[in-house]
Amino acid sequence: MSLSRYFLGAAATLALSAGATFADPALIFDLGGKFDKSFNEAAFAGAERWKAETGGSYRELEMQSEAQREQALRRLAESGSNPIVMTGFAFGDVLNSVAPDYPDTKFAIIDMVVEQPNVKSVVFTEEQGSYLVGMMAAMASESGTVGFIGGMDIPLIRKFACGYAQGVKAANPDATVLSNMTGTTPAAWNDPVKGGELAKGQISQGADVIYAAAGGTGIGVLQAAADEDVLSIGVDSNQNHLHPGKVLTSMLKRVDNAVYDAFMAGEDLEPGIAVMDLGSEGVGYALDENNASLVTDEMKAAVDEAAAKIASGEITVHDYMSDETCPALSF
Amino acid sequence: MDFGTLLQILDSTVRLGVPLLLACLAGLYSERAGVFDIGLEGKMLMAAMLSGAAAFVTGSVWLGCLAGIGGSLVLAAIHGAAAITFRGNQLISGVAINFLASGLTVLMAQSWFGQGGRTPALDGGARFQALTLPLADTLRPVPVLGPVYADLISGHTALVYLAFAAVPVTWWVLYRTRFGLRLRAVGENPGAVDTAGISVTRLRYTAVAITGLLSGLAGAYMATALQAGFGKEMTAGRGYIALAALIFAKWRPWGALWACLLFGFFQAIALRPDVVEAIVRVKVPVPALDALPYVLTVFILAGFIGKAIPPRAGGEPYVKER
Repeated sequence: MSLSRYFLGAAATLALSAGATFADPALIFDLGGKFDKSFNEAAFAGAERWKAETGGSYRELEMQSEAQREQALRRLAESGSNPIVMTGFAFGDVLNSVAPDYPDTKFAIIDMVVEQPNVKSVVFTEEQGSYLVGMMAAMASESGTVGFIGGMDIPLIRKFACGYAQGVKAANPDATVLSNMTGTTPAAWNDPVKGGELAKGQISQGADVIYAAAGGTGIGVLQAAADEDVLSIGVDSNQNHLHPGKVLTSMLKRVDNAVYDAFMAGEDLEPGIAVMDLGSEGVGYALDENNASLVTDEMKAAVDEAAAKIASGEITVHDYMSDETCPALSF
Repeated sequence: MDFGTLLQILDSTVRLGVPLLLACLAGLYSERAGVFDIGLEGKMLMAAMLSGAAAFVTGSVWLGCLAGIGGSLVLAAIHGAAAITFRGNQLISGVAINFLASGLTVLMAQSWFGQGGRTPALDGGARFQALTLPLADTLRPVPVLGPVYADLISGHTALVYLAFAAVPVTWWVLYRTRFGLRLRAVGENPGAVDTAGISVTRLRYTAVAITGLLSGLAGAYMATALQAGFGKEMTAGRGYIALAALIFAKWRPWGALWACLLFGFFQAIALRPDVVEAIVRVKVPVPALDALPYVLTVFILAGFIGKAIPPRAGGEPYVKER
């Protein structure tokens, strides 16, 4: 009796102390789902890397519908998770109203700026990474026509398109850039059939390199490009392995680094705005054994030079979201 | 718009129209027999997932296709049991099937493959390959008809030809066989069929099974021919568009063909806003093009283009008098 009470007491003390000193971080995935082979999967990879290195554990939640956002955030905050990292611009409004209610909890949001004293906003310079893959697309293209397929038509995706078009024009001023958006609702992130048809449409107009920034829809774009024997460019995660020898490169957006850094900082997460750009290796292009034969030395030299110039400020890539216009592409 | 662009758009029309056509014919059998079925979407989704999974595991697209049809038939049997045997509300049963399929497909694919509710990518024999019809390359130089034959008619997968063949077959079955006559009668006046000594229950179950078969083919076409694997919610509302097409077609097989091709054509031109702009000389917003099939269906329902009269006994469970 006394022994069991002793153990119970010990267990309770342990549990209490664990709760007080050690709060698990949490990660919320946006509607595309954890395994979208792209944006959310990169976040997942970052969290897993943190877990493998520190041996810690974290909580995770996948959004199933728009209505869950606030509920999910509050639930994780109430249960003591700290910091709470969320992927996706769509959390912006909700976080803005939830963050003040939990002043002791740190939040990090990726792809959106939320100005609250306990929120870290991580934004990426996607236009710079897209510029680089745009240059590669123009150099790899034989027809002089390249394509862009976006997911949902939002300013963020236009930012990708605009950076890409600028890169294409920089490498080949006479090139034509075709641009399509899959739709105007969140369903546009998950319609591979429509993505494939859009790609086939662009191919029939002469495009021989197609860049997909469309979440799960992009899987269909890459598939159609591989079926029709033209090149494609993946996005966010390294998608080169999906169709080896058919994917020219992938525009990397190091969401994994952002999540990893936030988890590493833990409760000491620094609030404010963090810009992940070429200089800090927040964006870039993927080179591995799957696309080594497609990327020529000349291409690599040109892109690396441009990357250095962008990092040093010698080349500025226009950001669509700054003034909602694009010098290289009309929407 | 040049001839090549037109061919490309029509080619896209065929690819986008075929899943609609298969689903629409599926709905036609069921509704002609007096069982409303808004669960087409769910059946397609289940078939897409199972065909993708089975094709990946076995490496054979035909086995995958069979598995897809099997899954769709199970859901059809559930709908049949609820609507025919237990005389439940057919709309509610259909909605339940859609919800069930939406969640179950992702759950099953996740537990089997662990790729977030996606099935692994298919290649080679695990996928329907495009068929080249005889003489396609020889006839290509013939003006106009050559490219039409070589690019538009040839070069699709087996399921496309199967779907088009299903239209005359459906017409023949419905209007030229004893089974078809009874099927139509059971949707209009099941009491009369029963009086003639024919089992209403059995006829309706047969119709629901054919629905399962055809919507299974529609799902398999999406996962193993158009795409190379299943993805979450990949049918993207096509089961509902097929229902709209069925109303548009006034529950007739040839009408279904034209309605689905028309809807497929709208979807195809929505993918090419540049062509639309070149023709009408005004920039048309893409969402407006996407909405066209629904707008047309509303016009039909409002009675502007003829009148669509559904089978009279549709949606009502048959209670045999004792």
